[in-house]
Amino acid sequence: MTASIATNQTILVVGGGISGMTAALEAAECGKQVVLVEKAPVLGGRTARLYRYFPKMCHPTCGLEINLRRIKQNRNVRLMTMTEVTAVSGSRGNYSVTLKVAPRFVNEHCTACGKCAEAVSAEVPNPWNYGLDKMKAAYLPHNMAYPQRYVIDPSIVGTSEGEKAKAACPVGAVDLEMKEESVTLQVGAVIWATGWRPYDANKIQPYGYDRFANVITSLEFERLADPQGPTGGKILRPGDGKEAKNIAFIQCAGSRDENHLRHCSRICCMASLKQTQYVREAYGEAGKSTIYYIDIRAIDRFEDFYQMVQKDATVSFVKSKVAKIVENKENGNPVLHGVDTEGYHRYATEHDLVVLAVGMEPEITGVKLPDDIILDSSNFIEGSKDGGMFGAGSAASPLDVNRSVQSATAASLHAIQIVNKTARAEA
Amino acid sequence: MTTANQTAIERYRNNFLREVEANVEEGHMVKMCMQCGVCAGSCPLGPAWQHSPQKIFMMIRAGKRDEVLGSDSMFMCTSCYNCMVRCPRQLPITHIMHGLANYAHRLGLAPKGQPTRDFATLFWNNLIKKGRVNELTLTLRHYFRGGLVAGIKEALSMQSIGLGLLLAKRLNPMEIFGGHGVKDLKGFHAIIAKAKEIEDRKKGFSA
Repeated sequence: MTASIATNQTILVVGGGISGMTAALEAAECGKQVVLVEKAPVLGGRTARLYRYFPKMCHPTCGLEINLRRIKQNRNVRLMTMTEVTAVSGSRGNYSVTLKVAPRFVNEHCTACGKCAEAVSAEVPNPWNYGLDKMKAAYLPHNMAYPQRYVIDPSIVGTSEGEKAKAACPVGAVDLEMKEESVTLQVGAVIWATGWRPYDANKIQPYGYDRFANVITSLEFERLADPQGPTGGKILRPGDGKEAKNIAFIQCAGSRDENHLRHCSRICCMASLKQTQYVREAYGEAGKSTIYYIDIRAIDRFEDFYQMVQKDATVSFVKSKVAKIVENKENGNPVLHGVDTEGYHRYATEHDLVVLAVGMEPEITGVKLPDDIILDSSNFIEGSKDGGMFGAGSAASPLDVNRSVQSATAASLHAIQIVNKTARAEA
Repeated sequence: MTTANQTAIERYRNNFLREVEANVEEGHMVKMCMQCGVCAGSCPLGPAWQHSPQKIFMMIRAGKRDEVLGSDSMFMCTSCYNCMVRCPRQLPITHIMHGLANYAHRLGLAPKGQPTRDFATLFWNNLIKKGRVNELTLTLRHYFRGGLVAGIKEALSMQSIGLGLLLAKRLNPMEIFGGHGVKDLKGFHAIIAKAKEIEDRKKGFSA
């Protein structure tokens, strides 16, 4: 009996954030066939939910727009949204992948006119604003949504709300009969660009994220600063909606901690330095940012950015990991307790708002990795035993956008090599 | 004691960290401290300490031998373990504190009249006499540590508790005449002597 020869030269990219889009495009622009699957209804991942990038302080709109245009132009990329990988079998050069496609309840006729959202009154928590506000149960996730097509939340399917959405659609795009589908594909290589998620701040008990309204995460702060966010770009604290002008940033919230995440998440120092500039942008000299840190890790060329922020008179630095936060019951202000390392002074400092620079951990919700995948001690993907699957971007290591793109390009090149070997074996 | 101190000074001249690593329980973990300050901020007795654990670790690395070993800070630890469970590097801070206190005590450098240390000494001396703690004599010795008048005052202030214990049969007044001991007292003393011998040898105090 002859050994079966792999017959598939398609590359599967799992995850449609900045890394997945990049990996898919690099391979597709080399002429390879790519299937890009994303579990959310839109591309963009966590990148689309940032207000600005460091260090140039430009908006993610810009970089994403270029990538979305590349995807629209490229025939070699097949995009499947609301799709999760449920099983992978086979080996390098010849994988069989099972995909689960969740129903969107809106078909390709949708013109994104928004009449369904107008007709519906039911609301659901808005994951694109990290649950800070609610959105209609018939929605377009965000302004940069691609595919530019509405989604009906499954919670209203089979209710009168769902029927309202259907009746409102002028092109008959709402299809409440859609069912979950299962699809099987043959692919030669798999790139896992499943991304990251913020460390669960509730687990850092002394900081009281679960108890104090005015303690938020750095990702929620991104949404507060964004004009498309829940507050229209005003930095209003969740506790009472007051303007937060005196803001504390706590570094290593979950990172570099044997009790939480062992690794340094690498991006949080720069993220907080960047966010101090949101405060300046909003309030000018009247704003005040304080960064509590163990040590600032502004890697390589970012040192410039760090020095720029150090010169900013509205930003001060306290070398100390905050020990605990208590709430001033009268005004809802968080009070930070600790001892600083430069002189060992004990402090109890009150701020309007505390932003926890939470660490990155690999996203596992809706991600089912094959047994063949090799993970490091923090569960980031190192590769697969058979050498045909690769991690890309922040699924492989805690990386910022820039480095995620580099990582994704590298993963893409590896996948192309696997597919080329397969092609030679077939010839 | 002073000879042991002299030997230690000669041996680890200018490298207090190495001395701590070699002689203090869990001392090898001191170098793992990254100076974040969570232990200092988490300590419920924090404001009462002269030096927080964080500061002590830095002082050890800076070679501040006299200041560390002569400090009463380590004796302020109540073993609540708050620092230890919060430490991002999982340093056994509580154990190191007790290790330092023990080392300072052995070298004869621990501060005189430190209440925690005095009580610990009292407790130990009471315990090894009969192999059991004689609560009555321990309490009385503790009350009268500052003289007759202070002792009577303190005893009177606690009399309701004492009477309660008496009525509940948790306190036997007859214990004042020496009290009961373990069955094999000789054997017990031999065990303690052997343990001390082993510990002394291990820690280099055999002289």
